[in-house]
Amino acid sequence: MTAAVVSTVLLLVGVFFVASAVLGALRFPDVFTRMHAITKAGTLGVGFFMAAAAVHFGDDISLVTRAVGVIVFTLLTAPASAQMIGRAAYLAGAPRAPNTEVDDLADAYPEPTDLFGAKPPPTASERDGSRS
Amino acid sequence: MPLGWFEGVLMGVVSLLVIALAGAVVRVVRGPHLADRVVALDLVAYITVCIIGAGSMLVEEGPLLDVALVLSLLAFLGTVAFARFLERVHRRKA
Repeated sequence: MTAAVVSTVLLLVGVFFVASAVLGALRFPDVFTRMHAITKAGTLGVGFFMAAAAVHFGDDISLVTRAVGVIVFTLLTAPASAQMIGRAAYLAGAPRAPNTEVDDLADAYPEPTDLFGAKPPPTASERDGSRS
Repeated sequence: MPLGWFEGVLMGVVSLLVIALAGAVVRVVRGPHLADRVVALDLVAYITVCIIGAGSMLVEEGPLLDVALVLSLLAFLGTVAFARFLERVHRRKA
């Protein structure tokens, strides 16, 4: 009974966060703000839902481990994937909200870079130019 | 089967999540840039993980949590693949 009450509270908090994520995805003006809403609120939503599942299946330690594993995995991967898709969107020139004022990356990418910051391999003409 | 109040809560929560899923799909369909769609697909995956978590409690099938674990892994891999794809398209254009 107590576990059901605790699960219900966690579920309702999770629903609140998921609803905030969807609201942000629908109402925010550009891809970066939407990513902000979806990543943070979505991660919290998944975390609270899995915490509710962990409380509900509290007498089976293997299920608790799985639920906690989902939480840990989401907390680890969501920021990484958001960072990658955000940078890709920036490099691909995704449209920004008209009232965007600060662009800290304006001169951070003078030329296209690889995913991990390495420069792309030189083209054939560049190689020939350095050789001669 | 007789339903307790907790099952009612779970059904209500799942109904709300399905509505949220519809909202995320709206962003997938509308989102002007490809990155918008990718981010919205991320949200779809998150909501699906939540639905699976609630469903595993509703039907009392604990092992369904494995599905949630694998789904979150696949969502991460898909987002990373899309990000690499976007950056490569950009580099070819530059």
